[in-house]
Amino acid sequence: MNRITHAFRSKKNLLNTYFTAGYPSLHDTIPLAKALVESGADILEIGMPFSDPLADGPVIQGSSTVALANGMNLPVLFEQLQNLRTAVPDAPVLLMGYLNPVLQFGVEAFLKRAAEVGVDGLILPDLPLDEYEETYHALFQQHGLKAVFLITPQTSEARIRRLDALSDAFLYLVSGPGTTGGTTRPDADAQQQYFERVADLNLKNPRLIGFGIANKAGFDRACQYADGAIIGSALIQALQEVDDAPAAAARFVRGIKS
Amino acid sequence: MTTSFQQPTARGYYGEYGGAFVPEMLYPNVEELRTQYLEILADPAYQAELQLLLRDYVGRPTPLFEARRLSEKYGTRVFLKREDLCHTGAHKINNTVGQILLAKRLGKQRIIAETGAGQHGVATATVCALMGLPCVVYMGATDIERQAPNVARMRLLGAEVRRVTSGSQTLKDATNEAIRDWIANPVDTHYIIGSVVGPHPYPDLVARLQAVISEEMRAQLLEKTGSELPAFVVACVGGGSNAAGAFYHFLDEPAVRLVAVEAAGHGIYSGHSAATSVLGKPGIIHGSRTLLMQDEHGQITEPYSLSAGLDYPGIGPLHAHLGAVGRAEFMSITDDEALAAVSELSRLEGIIPALETAHALAALGQLGAGPDDVVVVNLSGRGDKDLETYLKNMDKLI
Repeated sequence: MNRITHAFRSKKNLLNTYFTAGYPSLHDTIPLAKALVESGADILEIGMPFSDPLADGPVIQGSSTVALANGMNLPVLFEQLQNLRTAVPDAPVLLMGYLNPVLQFGVEAFLKRAAEVGVDGLILPDLPLDEYEETYHALFQQHGLKAVFLITPQTSEARIRRLDALSDAFLYLVSGPGTTGGTTRPDADAQQQYFERVADLNLKNPRLIGFGIANKAGFDRACQYADGAIIGSALIQALQEVDDAPAAAARFVRGIKS
Repeated sequence: MTTSFQQPTARGYYGEYGGAFVPEMLYPNVEELRTQYLEILADPAYQAELQLLLRDYVGRPTPLFEARRLSEKYGTRVFLKREDLCHTGAHKINNTVGQILLAKRLGKQRIIAETGAGQHGVATATVCALMGLPCVVYMGATDIERQAPNVARMRLLGAEVRRVTSGSQTLKDATNEAIRDWIANPVDTHYIIGSVVGPHPYPDLVARLQAVISEEMRAQLLEKTGSELPAFVVACVGGGSNAAGAFYHFLDEPAVRLVAVEAAGHGIYSGHSAATSVLGKPGIIHGSRTLLMQDEHGQITEPYSLSAGLDYPGIGPLHAHLGAVGRAEFMSITDDEALAAVSELSRLEGIIPALETAHALAALGQLGAGPDDVVVVNLSGRGDKDLETYLKNMDKLI
């Protein structure tokens, strides 16, 4: 059984932590991955920094800018990830990023390298579904990589079902309108209706809720409506201006999972 | 050739360029527009309202002026399509008038836009005032500095100008922020994009709304020269909206040479340039697959031009395709050459052009046009907004 399916079958209330590779320092990637998993994170989402991250708010934009200035790029990241499965033997690991750097690296080369270092799945938010279905799906399968798709309150039921059919990892429920780390709180009733509406669709994939989840209360609430939650911006904020980023990451995760 | 250069495919591709590479959060917005824009644009009631506004508000048709002294200097027959005489001083309003009428039919109650030089921001703020809709314009902090008069105009027109401090703080970053705003406001807001860039259907939508430029040119050329078809049509290209409009009704007339002029900044290979057709590689920017300036790892790099309207790191997918198949010829003009062209047009014809437009004018000497050739330069905007830049560079103007 693959690591993603195994995690969802063996655990409840999963915490998926997102961090930007190369932030706060270039070589923090593997120490952060290890610290997050050892302190209780169930899934890791490693961000591949991009100059123009359209779906991200100021915190992840800022971490991406720093990471790029630190010298992060895909060849460096894959070099670091050579040691991924020594540091993190069992936890599912996803790479998240925008399509352009992947295209310049070469799609097939990228998928091959990701599989070689032990990555389980990919989140490429600006990869159009039609193109995924026609071209990428077969390539992903060939390399044993899972695709994770986003769903928003505006996504139609027909489209949710199509996304569910094309994925065999989990679905990423965007909690409301806005980019990552959003501070505008969506209407709580409308949000609850949206979470329940998706839950009632009896989809084959488990669901994680992300965007704007910043603390234990947010995590616990998300777990009422889904199989867990994704936290990114709040974790990155916890790593700002600290001497020991892995220790700060571990403290952050223990604060959520306590 | 049986297919038209005007039409992208159903998924918005011009050859291998175009498409809609948007995150799921934008999908419903873009899809709503994609499924409705052609029907709305074809609606006679929409067209009647649009044509009335273009005539009585924008001031169309704009004149086609035969520039005799410029013609004499270059030994060819030069006509200027006077988009600089449009209300707000540039071609940008052709698009914003069309899109605000579209937004109303889509039931949108709030308008957002990005702007570089400020001309699109002013044109958007203007139509929002006309229609009584709230307007937010994203503008890079660098551009706010160098285009202060347009910032003042937008504010006077009632728009909120939001200062963008991410990235290079110019047009690319203003576009990112406008897209993020649209992600956060997916239901009530329409994003009036200012050029033939962005996800499908925007490149096609904006090209269609700017196509009035070449539609008028054909009728005016017939009257003035006895033929609808010139030898050359010349236009500057940042994202490429005025060029798309000037080329549109000539795209399928192979006898007409289409010349797209980019900004070379300090020189194409100086490291300070915006000549995307030379320096760019295929990639994805703002939801479109096109040529863009990027490093070897696919990070989008910062273009440079003295003109705020041309320093966009990509070009519209239509232009990328026209270049790839050889239908359009690309040239590039440095800051200094453009400044010299500002001076030349001012003194020979009594018209002070925008700095962007001056790049097209500066190409006149490099076309190889003969004495009997008709050359149309799309005079996309006037120079009022650039006076401060011109004052700072007086030594290069005289």
